[in-house]
Amino acid sequence: MSDLPLITILTLTPLLGGFLVMGLGAGRWPLARWLALACSFVVLALCLVISARFDPAAGVMQFGERHQWIASLAVDYRVGLDGLSLLLVLLTALVTPMAILASWHIERQAQIYHGLVLLLQAGLFGTFTALNFFHWFLFWELSLVPAFFLIRLWGSPARSAAATQFFVYTMVGSVGLLLAFLAMFLATRTFDFLELAKLGREGALVQALADTLGWRDLTVRRLAVVIFGGAFLGFAVKVPLIPFHTWLPATYAEAPTGVTMLLTGLMSKMGVYGFLRILLPLFPEVMRWLTTPLLVLAVLTIVASAGAALAQRDLKRMLAYSSINHLGYCLLGIFAVLNSPGSASGSLTHQSAALSGVLLQLFNHGLTAATLFAFIGFLENRAGGRRGLDDFGGLRKVAPVFCGLMGIAVFSSLGLPGLNGFISEFLIFQGAFPLAPWAASFSLLGLLLTAVFLLRLLQRVFYGPLNEKWVALADLSVGERALVAPPLILMLLIGVYPQPLLAAVNATVIRMLEGGG
Amino acid sequence: MLAWTIYLSLGTALLLMLLPERREQWARFLALGAALGGLVLSASALFQSAPGSFRTVTRLSWIPTLGIDYHLGADGISLVLVFLTGLAAVAGILFSWNIGHRPREFFALYLALIGGVYGVFLSFDLFLLFVFYEIAIIPKYFLIAIWGSTRREYAAMKLALYSFVGSAMVLVGLVAAFVFAGGQTMSLADLAAHRFPREFQMWAFPLVFVGFAVLAGLWPFHTWAPTGHVAAPTAASMLLAGVVMKLGAYGCLRVAMTLFPEGLQPWGFEWLGIGSWRDVFALLAVTGILYGGMVALVQKDFKFVIGYSSVSHMGFVLLGLMTLQTIGLTGAVLQMFSHGIVAGLLFAVVGRMVYDRVHTRHLDDLQPMNLSRGLPFAAVTFTLATLASIGLPGFSGFVAELQVLIGAWQAYPTLAVLTGAGILVGVAYGLRALQRAFFAERRSCTDGQASGSARGAPAQPPDSPAPLEPISFPERVGSILLIAASLAVGLYPDLLLKYILPSFNAPWFDGLRGGGLP
Repeated sequence: MSDLPLITILTLTPLLGGFLVMGLGAGRWPLARWLALACSFVVLALCLVISARFDPAAGVMQFGERHQWIASLAVDYRVGLDGLSLLLVLLTALVTPMAILASWHIERQAQIYHGLVLLLQAGLFGTFTALNFFHWFLFWELSLVPAFFLIRLWGSPARSAAATQFFVYTMVGSVGLLLAFLAMFLATRTFDFLELAKLGREGALVQALADTLGWRDLTVRRLAVVIFGGAFLGFAVKVPLIPFHTWLPATYAEAPTGVTMLLTGLMSKMGVYGFLRILLPLFPEVMRWLTTPLLVLAVLTIVASAGAALAQRDLKRMLAYSSINHLGYCLLGIFAVLNSPGSASGSLTHQSAALSGVLLQLFNHGLTAATLFAFIGFLENRAGGRRGLDDFGGLRKVAPVFCGLMGIAVFSSLGLPGLNGFISEFLIFQGAFPLAPWAASFSLLGLLLTAVFLLRLLQRVFYGPLNEKWVALADLSVGERALVAPPLILMLLIGVYPQPLLAAVNATVIRMLEGGG
Repeated sequence: MLAWTIYLSLGTALLLMLLPERREQWARFLALGAALGGLVLSASALFQSAPGSFRTVTRLSWIPTLGIDYHLGADGISLVLVFLTGLAAVAGILFSWNIGHRPREFFALYLALIGGVYGVFLSFDLFLLFVFYEIAIIPKYFLIAIWGSTRREYAAMKLALYSFVGSAMVLVGLVAAFVFAGGQTMSLADLAAHRFPREFQMWAFPLVFVGFAVLAGLWPFHTWAPTGHVAAPTAASMLLAGVVMKLGAYGCLRVAMTLFPEGLQPWGFEWLGIGSWRDVFALLAVTGILYGGMVALVQKDFKFVIGYSSVSHMGFVLLGLMTLQTIGLTGAVLQMFSHGIVAGLLFAVVGRMVYDRVHTRHLDDLQPMNLSRGLPFAAVTFTLATLASIGLPGFSGFVAELQVLIGAWQAYPTLAVLTGAGILVGVAYGLRALQRAFFAERRSCTDGQASGSARGAPAQPPDSPAPLEPISFPERVGSILLIAASLAVGLYPDLLLKYILPSFNAPWFDGLRGGGLP
């Protein structure tokens, strides 16, 4: 049992499940729906098994598998899990069944829809566990294709432009990433993340690039920055960092709710994961040269997105900007870690606080944002597609449970102590303040604005005089309550007792800091 | 046995001519049998060969006074391309099963073309290679002129003229090489071992290279390709883009670069940063990638989109050749294989699945049809083919482009970045064609939104007027064959790479090694 290739099974289950579901044919879409749900629960169970067997104290890659794949390109099939991957794999396994349930009302071509959702999940698992660029990039792109079609075929009226914009933007990033990695392959003859990270740590990667490329007489430093820039572009678009974000609001707004949950809860994490798994270990030097501009970008992302959210009239767009804002904190944490003045033991504490906060924030934001979008989806279904900020009002009177439960999610997003969002944001700021005081101070403005627009959302939709149109608005159904109950319970649990999550990532964080910094 | 791929194709072509006119069904099955035979022979030869080995299949003295042999042989590169020819031939016949106009002659010419292509890939005597090269040109003309569509006479004539001019250039170069080497031999290996004077190589190389590259769609000599592809009947477009363009690229590698490696060396002076024929052709290749992609982006005819995409994709092959890195050359050969499969599939969808059913290829006309409902199989096939053509990982094109780009990073970093932009243009036109042709909405009469609008929507039934003829069995088999081939190579590239890679250790590539081949 212990020799089972668990990660491969984990990736293959939704992949094969997805094809199976799609193969059922249009006539049996209700069965397809159930099958997809069952598949996602099997995957969740498998993930729980993996988490139970995961040794949090080790901090190294676990459940490793390695097989020769493409001898002529020195590509191995190599997978493994550390605390970071585990957290994201777990998040993926949690959010996917939520997304499937939130899409229960979709009947047109439901077998294709749910099949694509499962393929997307497989792509995410592959991305979060692969340790070789070739293999990783395969899944990175694999997740893009189902997402494109989910938006393109099931989205709201302006979906066509949104889907194209999403695909092309992401491909711009992907090509930058690809070119950067090919240059690195040329210099080092390896695609292996761990080997590249080792070279990066020793500073040999930058030197090797300069030795092999010799591009237009660029200096070693400039060349390294250019190659870093290519890889950076791929992740910056995916997260996204402002100004690479313009695809996001339209995409999140036009996608069907279930898909938006996957996009914000999971796919945005691919970008941050890339920063942590790839950029930080491979280019520690380059990132340290560029810390100030990177911090400026992070602060800009946090503040500008919060400001933009404040100006939105469409609830989905507002939450889309809020999502950018929350991931901005992750990047603030990551870049602040690089800004440490020396390797004094004091700064190590701050660094590990910030980095632990980042990892937790990934998980918490995934959970909270997906739940919030689920609520917006419920509202949209009831209101016949309306989701304007001013379309509602006073809903608390007709839908008190809706109001109360959504309130929990909103407060979690806002970072109220006692809920999960607080823990991670607190850790990030605790670490970032001493490391990059100016950046952290400016970012506080973002926190403030977040509170304003989220409270205004609650107020406009649920409080005030009841809008006559919605007198007959139904409260949450049993199914809907069942859907949001597990994430809400988790939010409370993590808020009160974050220790298990912290323990799971602690060893990984220490190793990343020792390795990368 | 490998030589029988040629004899089987040419022999069946003759046999078909002798068949009674009304035996149409026989003609189809005979042709399919011959193509399948070729595929089996080529596949077994490829997968049973020892990687890195060269094998002489047949060597007979032919014209001893001129030192010309009938010399058929195969190394890894030949075997991979012969295998591609086998696959494309079978798929092409499956997709032209519905040809009703003179099917006997159609398949005879088709097989003659296939036979010539096999011959080129297997010839290791340059005279023989040239003979087969010419054999392949003639059937192309008739296939387009008789069975073609849009401006077929014009396209056929343009193709034939370009091909003949190209071959004339090749012929001059070959004869000159023959004379300079002492007039004793036309064997590839012997001529490659002969060290021609540098000045001679400096003019012979571009002559022969361009002569072949015309057929590979080198910008700006590519203009025959889109018109030819569009005018040709489906199977002929599949062969043209899939295999015939590879003849040109193969000739560039096998003849021009092998015989005249010093032609790639620097001239000794620089003009605008260009210092050798190698720089010139690398630049033209990248221009082709970008230009072909951008022109494809604005086409209104669905088939022209694919036609220009071929120009763009062949640019990768030529760029790979000009990197002079083992990895770039390997990528070029793999890209030949990959593009052969993918272009064939794209043309099959456009020409056979769509055009033969709805009788239009205009994207504006296809848009309101929303073909993903009417022809779901075609939509799925085209989606996969588009993804493969975009170069998404998992399909063969990705591995090929990856290798070409690695080579380009080494040789021409700036061009590597421009090529990256070319990939993006590819994404743009691929998505555009996919959305317009298959996934467009009918704006005026969509089920949900129209009811709310006050506009008096035209009383048009929600479904298209007549149900389209369903996708036939041969079409399904052909599509699955090609998709499976692209996926297999994409997921396990060693399948072919292990044969291609060691081929570059052969003695006739020694001359290239001076230019950077490790």
